[in-house]
Amino acid sequence: MSLRIFVPGDAAAVSVGADEIADRLAASARERGLSVEIVRNGSRGAHFLEPLLEVETSKGRIGYGPVAPRDVDGLVEAGFFEGGDHALRIGRPEEHPFLKNQTRSTFAFCGVVDPRSESDYAAHGGWLGLKAALAQSQEDRVKTVSASGLRGRGGAGFPTGIKWDTVRRAEADRKYIVCNADEGDSGTFADRMLMEGDPFRLVEGMAIAGISVGATFGYVYIRSEYPHAVAAMERAVEGARLAGWLGTDIGGSGLAFDMEVRVGAGAYVCGEETSLLNSLEGKRGIVRAKPPLPAIHGLFGRPTAVNNVLSLAAVPAIFSEGPEAYERLGLGRSRGTMPVQLAGNVRFGGLYEVPFGITLGELVNEIGGGTASGRPVRAVQVGGPLGAYFPPHLFDTPFDYEEFTKRDGLIGHGGITVFDDTVDMAHMARFAMEFCSVESCGKCTPCRIGAVRGVETVDRILAAREEGRAAKAELTLLADLCDTMKFGSLCALGGFTPYPVMSAMTHFPEDFDLSAGRLPAGLQAAE
Amino acid sequence: MLDRPARSTPFDETQLARIIADHGSREGALLPILHDAMAEFGWIDDAMVPPIAEALNLSRAEVHGVLTFYHDFRRAPAGRTVVKLCAAEACQAAGGRSLVGRAEERLGTPMGTTDGEGAVTLEPVYCLGLCSMAPAAMVDGRIHGRLTPERLDAVLSEAVR
Repeated sequence: MSLRIFVPGDAAAVSVGADEIADRLAASARERGLSVEIVRNGSRGAHFLEPLLEVETSKGRIGYGPVAPRDVDGLVEAGFFEGGDHALRIGRPEEHPFLKNQTRSTFAFCGVVDPRSESDYAAHGGWLGLKAALAQSQEDRVKTVSASGLRGRGGAGFPTGIKWDTVRRAEADRKYIVCNADEGDSGTFADRMLMEGDPFRLVEGMAIAGISVGATFGYVYIRSEYPHAVAAMERAVEGARLAGWLGTDIGGSGLAFDMEVRVGAGAYVCGEETSLLNSLEGKRGIVRAKPPLPAIHGLFGRPTAVNNVLSLAAVPAIFSEGPEAYERLGLGRSRGTMPVQLAGNVRFGGLYEVPFGITLGELVNEIGGGTASGRPVRAVQVGGPLGAYFPPHLFDTPFDYEEFTKRDGLIGHGGITVFDDTVDMAHMARFAMEFCSVESCGKCTPCRIGAVRGVETVDRILAAREEGRAAKAELTLLADLCDTMKFGSLCALGGFTPYPVMSAMTHFPEDFDLSAGRLPAGLQAAE
Repeated sequence: MLDRPARSTPFDETQLARIIADHGSREGALLPILHDAMAEFGWIDDAMVPPIAEALNLSRAEVHGVLTFYHDFRRAPAGRTVVKLCAAEACQAAGGRSLVGRAEERLGTPMGTTDGEGAVTLEPVYCLGLCSMAPAAMVDGRIHGRLTPERLDAVLSEAVR
């Protein structure tokens, strides 16, 4: 039997040389006459250790990271193939504090299994959720999801069981499952990691969704910025079909469900579910007014369950381990786990899956280790480009949908972007408006025109700041504009852009109006 | 797909007809057709609009509308090398903003443009999902994370020779 070596094929690892490392290791093994199998696994999420190499030994898998291509020769000399000692050796990855303290449910297999191998997925306990679901009635499947307390992980937090039940009850000749894999929020990469590292789990989740609502076909709509995820999902769909988990008779049950991968074309707004449906139909990704809900009148006019990657990927474990186990985790009405993503200027960046309820400060300072630059944390943006900026004095906020709403924020897709004290918050407010103006679908006026006026207004504020003039009237105007966008926009793009803008103005007023003082010291240092 | 290494060739009617035939029977076939045409020709010539519209029973305006809505579809050939720098928040937080000026200077073309010789296109991208490896870039479909000014220089000189 050949020696198994793991070199992540996840984009995070590939972006810092994993492909080259895999090539060098293969050459090294050939020179030594060793028979090795190089598995391109997903990432375990400890991105600060990527590329994180592992070798299978009698004592389990031994990890080394972060490994640069130039380290490979030294590693091999130090006995890498036997799990030998080296400065980069971290021991068993599961014992590393970053991984040890997590509660992994959705990401249980990510980084562990071979994402290209259906049989490896099955050997690790894959398909057990689908098997359990096949043993239940359609109605009971929906009840199982409701009992777990699962809420949509895409950002809105809508109860998944209620959505599925609406689609299940709708009468139609055809129904669809659509997986929203258009993860465009900066600071988020959980969907990408899951699809690259454990794609069969998403296939399994979609199949369970299909048989629960009575849909026989599904689409996973992946953004084009994720070519590695697209390739991984296409392979997994093919593999699952060959193994009989997709098709006309899934798992020998007599039930039919099949699916297809579709690729977006570079439009942030297509992450909004109704835009996404238009895009899937081959149209411009323009928002649809709701009602009618997609659950009643969705893709091609049929009842459609639109779910995010993380929501669907949470489903197999809910069925294989029972909804109670999932429901027991969490806080208040936020049940289960959330894969939190630590990004930006952060020391220990990566994905950290924990039950809801952990505080923002613990995530940023303890797990994330503060900034990578070593300067003080000044602001963190939670929930992507449409999420609010939180200052350190709000770091006691528990990670929970309702707790964040209470403080005028949102957890969105679980992304946390860390900024040090050189960040210019007026600049970030301008960027939020600019992003909205670039990405607006154009259907509603508050978003289409409001974002452009927003950029102009922040520019006038910045000009006043430059000259040391008071910008009070412009600040009032900007707040008023945000109010119009928040309540007048059709979808979250225009409706939520006020969150980053208003939070920046509220928590960092010293960056917007210099009439009474000077720019903060950190910011001056940056200039 | 995004920056699949593509040639920018004049559009060929037979090849286009084959692409349309490959997808014609699918529901919502327009995006897959445009993606494949992009991969084949490197851009979408306005002259491709009428045959696509006819094959899918759409108006030319509908096809034109889709073509112009999405950032991925180019209506003019790109440079032989395409450099995309991530402009989103996480990369900004990690020093991405200063890389823009450096790339513009090195490549001799401002952000969002193709240089006069058609050698290179420099443009922003909003998030490659490498937010924990920021700042990040994509060069001819290859991704690069943890960029420093020096690493950016090395990546650019290798790409644009």
